Amino acid sequence: MIIMKDVHKTYTTGVTALNGVNIEIDRGEFVYIVGPSGAGKSTFIRLIYREEIPSKGDITIQGIETNKMKDRAVPFLRRKVGVIFQDFKLLPRLTVYENVAFALEVIEEEPERIRERVMEVLELVGLKNKVRSFPQELSGGEQQRVSIARAIANNPDIIIADEPTGNLDPDTSWSIMRILEEINIRGTTVIMATHSKEIVNTIKKRVIAIENGIIVRDEHQGDYGYEI
Amino acid sequence: MKFRTIQRHVREGFKNIIRNGWMSVASIGAVTVTLILVGAFVAIMLNINQMANKVEEDVEIKVLIDLTAEDKEVTELGEDIEAIPGVGTVNFSTKDDELKELVNSMGEQGEAWALYEQDNPLNHAYVIKAADPQQTEVIAEEIETFDHVHKVVYGQEVVSNLFKFNNYARTIGLGLIIGLVLTAVFLISNTIKLTIMARSTEIGVMKLVGATNGFIRWPFFIEGLLLGILGAIVPVGLIATAYYYVVNNFSGKTTFYFVELLPFNPFIWQLTAIIIIFGAFIGVWGSIMSVRKFLKV
Ligand SMILES: Nc1ncnc2c1ncn2[C@@H]1O[C@H](COP(=O)(O)OP(=O)(O)OP(=O)(O)O)[C@@H](O)[C@H]1O
Ligand SMILES: [Mg+2]
Repeated sequence: MIIMKDVHKTYTTGVTALNGVNIEIDRGEFVYIVGPSGAGKSTFIRLIYREEIPSKGDITIQGIETNKMKDRAVPFLRRKVGVIFQDFKLLPRLTVYENVAFALEVIEEEPERIRERVMEVLELVGLKNKVRSFPQELSGGEQQRVSIARAIANNPDIIIADEPTGNLDPDTSWSIMRILEEINIRGTTVIMATHSKEIVNTIKKRVIAIENGIIVRDEHQGDYGYEI
Repeated sequence: MKFRTIQRHVREGFKNIIRNGWMSVASIGAVTVTLILVGAFVAIMLNINQMANKVEEDVEIKVLIDLTAEDKEVTELGEDIEAIPGVGTVNFSTKDDELKELVNSMGEQGEAWALYEQDNPLNHAYVIKAADPQQTEVIAEEIETFDHVHKVVYGQEVVSNLFKFNNYARTIGLGLIIGLVLTAVFLISNTIKLTIMARSTEIGVMKLVGATNGFIRWPFFIEGLLLGILGAIVPVGLIATAYYYVVNNFSGKTTFYFVELLPFNPFIWQLTAIIIIFGAFIGVWGSIMSVRKFLKV
């Protein structure tokens, strides 16, 4: 469902972040993207939700070629792809409930459906008792769970996460991983860039290693493979 | 678009205006000043135009006939005039009629002229109206070439002076208004930019979860539109009041028959519509200016 063919990305600054990437990721997979800092992991992630477009090569997401896509169609691609960041990107003025509901309001979901769905996903991430809290009243792990709830609220086919546990302590990280696994078991493809050796080596999944903008390793049930 | 969505956009638009506080006030102020000028300008222009048209329509050519002309020659002259293409009506006016008219038009001073009734020094005349007022001058010039014509008089100067004044006022007014409109648009677009900057995280999240650009833009359009329309309130009130006052105090109190203002009732509504539409236009323009660059996918 995600296919990259000879994908290159050179930023306007002249830096080449990806240098000929070929990959295929199927529906329902759980994939780690690993590699040293500056390898091109975040660039790879950004290409999937079309924050960036490749300088060369083709990317197909669920049958749609993102380079040929009209700007007008991008929002509809984004509705199929939930994104999670290291820094959560929650709106500070909105409560937990409102932060999640916001994602559904802006795609003009029915109000009753919004109410139902927000409570559903907040239950899934274990935050049903914090609906009225504001982000700054929550721990890092709780904030990340809100952002996961927001990402999955409209039932995307793909979840991509750029270092979702990067700012969290180990215990909290595990709880986030359990949620991502749970989402994956329900059928959502999960793609996650990470620097966490423990996570990759413990929860065994497919591992794609990127170095200097090319894929150097692609293993099912793989290891992190780098010494930190 | 769903009604619920429209409600949301309007609510957001209002919120933005309140959040931007003094910048919103400044924008509305700029629109207000602009629209007062626009309103006054339009009111004056339309009135002058209608006066000019009125005068133009009433322009007559008066052909004073030579005192020495025989009756037969006078009749022939009349026939020749009627034969000129574009001539509408031709009426004969005896020198006694002419004197009466003169006496009437002079009011009290005219009584002195009444003394001439015994020995009327005036000429018989033909009074001609062109079918199309624009042709007046051409016809008058042709008549001047005929025999037994003592003099041809017509009120072309009044008309051309009015039009000249109108053009003058229009140029100055337009210059001023363009300058003010640009200032108002600039202020509005800056105010909206403030909103956009303050909300860049929010806009980022909206894009991330798949809000369409249209959806993201609407509140800003509405913010601009509202700033423009709010800016129209004071001008509408002010100009309606002023116009009401002017119409009631000046109309029919001058000696020139053509100085007659457009009647308050339908005119003020038209003017109000013009002012509001202009305000809305300024507002929307301002918002287009500010939103355009910011929302590239
Ligand atoms: N928006 C950008 N503009 C210009 N250059 C960029 C941009 N984003 C990334 N780069 C460059 O592209 C290269 C790859 O960056 P990228 O962020 O993809 O690496 P990464 O693998 O995510 O690193 P990290 O593990 O530190 O997050 C780096 O050299 C980086 O400086
Ligand atoms: Mg990165």
